[in-house]
Amino acid sequence: MDLKVVGERKRRYDGLAHVTGETRFVDDLRIPGTLAVKVLRSPAVKGTLRRIDTSDARRLPGVAAVITHEDVPNNAFGLVPDQPVLAQSIRFKGEPIAAVAAVDERTALRALERIAVEIDEEEPVFDPLEAMKPDAPLVRPEGNCFLYDGRPFRRVVLGDVEAGFREADFVVEGSYRTGSVEHAPLETQVSLAVPEGGGKLTVHTVSQSLVIHSALLARILQMDPSDLRIASWAGRTRNGWNGKPQIGFRSGTVGGGFGGKNDIHADHVTSLLALKTGRPVKWRWTREEEMLYSTHRGVWQITIRDGVLESGRIVARQIQSIRDAGAYSALNTYVVEKHAFNVSGPYFVPNILAEGYCVYTNRPPASSMRGFGITPGTFAVEMQMNKIAAQLGMDPWKVRFLNAFRNGEPTATRTELDSVYLIETMQACARKAGVELPPELLAMSSNTPRSER
Amino acid sequence: MKKRGVGVAASHFPTGVAGGGDVTQAILKVNPDGAADLIVSCVDLGQGAKTVLAQIAAEELGIPYQRVHVNNQGTDTGPLCFGSFASRLTYAAGNAVIEAAREARSILFEVAAPALQASSEELSAAEGRIFVRDDPDRSVAFDDMASTAVLMKKMIVGHGLFSRDRSLPDPETGACDHFCTLAWGSTLAEVEVDTETGEVQVLKLVSAFDAGKAINPLLLEGQIEGGTIMGMGAALMENLYPRYPSMDGQPSNLNTYVIPTAPDIPEQMEAVIVECASSGGPYGAKGVGEMTASVASPAILGAIHDAVGVWIDEIPVTPERLLRALEEQG
Repeated sequence: MDLKVVGERKRRYDGLAHVTGETRFVDDLRIPGTLAVKVLRSPAVKGTLRRIDTSDARRLPGVAAVITHEDVPNNAFGLVPDQPVLAQSIRFKGEPIAAVAAVDERTALRALERIAVEIDEEEPVFDPLEAMKPDAPLVRPEGNCFLYDGRPFRRVVLGDVEAGFREADFVVEGSYRTGSVEHAPLETQVSLAVPEGGGKLTVHTVSQSLVIHSALLARILQMDPSDLRIASWAGRTRNGWNGKPQIGFRSGTVGGGFGGKNDIHADHVTSLLALKTGRPVKWRWTREEEMLYSTHRGVWQITIRDGVLESGRIVARQIQSIRDAGAYSALNTYVVEKHAFNVSGPYFVPNILAEGYCVYTNRPPASSMRGFGITPGTFAVEMQMNKIAAQLGMDPWKVRFLNAFRNGEPTATRTELDSVYLIETMQACARKAGVELPPELLAMSSNTPRSER
Repeated sequence: MKKRGVGVAASHFPTGVAGGGDVTQAILKVNPDGAADLIVSCVDLGQGAKTVLAQIAAEELGIPYQRVHVNNQGTDTGPLCFGSFASRLTYAAGNAVIEAAREARSILFEVAAPALQASSEELSAAEGRIFVRDDPDRSVAFDDMASTAVLMKKMIVGHGLFSRDRSLPDPETGACDHFCTLAWGSTLAEVEVDTETGEVQVLKLVSAFDAGKAINPLLLEGQIEGGTIMGMGAALMENLYPRYPSMDGQPSNLNTYVIPTAPDIPEQMEAVIVECASSGGPYGAKGVGEMTASVASPAILGAIHDAVGVWIDEIPVTPERLLRALEEQG
């Protein structure tokens, strides 16, 4: 195919506007009369809100509205809907429990100081290994491990891992831990909700997924008009209101995401306050809030046992992975599944047993970050490959070439592969790096069927 | 003492949402002046979604890249898009845009056919002209046909979609069809370890990734470089919970949580693109966005072992962690 535009090194569509400062991001939008939001975050790690008194805060001049858990029509969101917008039952330090809309951020901050809170504190747990023990304090009533098909882990099985270990000449075992990482986008979380009249609400946001987030937001706002709570809540809004908000989501240009904008962070609060006050409401997170309370890459502890032949072939791979999900599901359950499907690496291993645990603790919820659970898996597996090579006294390239997927081989999840190109990709990497691979590795191809195990 | 070492790593990465069920749609209309509006709900996070989708639309319509305008402003105007994640956008939205552009193009060919005294099936489009495939000298300007279409009472609009069936894992084995295709990657790292201070300086990072087909090699090289440096940050610098599992000492700003910036970039950084076409991707493209951040960390730790002979099984490898490991080694 003779391509004219595809494959060309075209300049970035919006690059010039970005570097000249002409691009308008959400925080650049200015609408007269916009209220600013600040949120009261729980000083306790875990507990139950016994009393919250916002009357003093509401009386402060310049404050337009104060909301708590009582003001949220459906106070549980997420793909697994377990996270409150404003908590009554608190699971992590810094969890939002009240939100203020005021004429400016300063007034909103002063209002927060006037909110009286009493919390019955409970014992938290921070270590997922502790949280997995039977007598551990419960992070959530359902138990501290997410259940996949009734099991506390997602399991991936190929072949017979015990038979593989019996066949192996030796076993290499390693335990790895990957640290928690912040997405650190230039643009922090920010949301501007604008009531447009006639029941229309436009939310200018920083979402990575307009479809999923508008659906999640509609659920929080409870768009079903037959619901009684909606009736009273809708009654407080202005003319033209039919109890069914129409949400317009705007998020064309986002200042970096890396997975940190796959979850709703601010839109629920601005929407609720905009609907309550009938005014535009903006909440922009500080860098401190972004660092301490936004989602992050959760810590993983991964243990791998490999059964290896003297030839360098891996014939059995057993993996146990534990994900510190933090306090709520967010996208953690999905992250763990994706991890389990892929954690055996880019290699054909005939016998695999992988178990991925999604464990809840009392830290701010982790969620997706660039790589969705595969990134820590790659770390652990590649460390194993290095150790196997060292144990065999083999070139670390060679052990990878020997085990690399070939076309037609099955993944751990039993998909027969095509367009396999790992051997060629490694050859290209070595060539560019000035590494002279031995002829036997240069002669290998993803298209050559494996002759021996 | 300063010691040098080399390490390598490899990886694969699935394109698309595990479990499927994801959708991306595109609407493309051609205006009377011949410029095209591509309407999608695909978010551009800086990864270059607008650029690659505009390139694909321009390719299929046969018009210059600058003549495609991308409207991705939101749900009021845009059709469905599941999102910019799972390394899915080029693959999913690219397919939707191809389909939409081809439909719009076929309407324009109907407009052009009488003028060229040919059937619309015989026509092709490139570089702003619509022409008879077997006799390219017989041609008309794309822009002229776009305005002619209005007089012929035709609306030049196409729609396209990408949609995948759900595939849930088997409860016992986990077996499922959880990706569109797999992309492949490899990184070589060279480091210099200061055994007095525990500091690691990365001297060289060479990374090769299989993009299936690079829609825009310039942007892809940027992705590879950015992702590789993100992987380096995770390997050596970044830690939200330095005393994990304790919450103590959590950094709350970018002075205490230091991410790599320009001075940290290794002297030698190479991004290599290889292309092994996927069967279902647009022009064979695969998703590479996320995996670029995965491979550098283990390559760097392999290089540290090569330099000083210790295995460190936890990242980030801070100077403190490295010095402790050296001390244990004796």
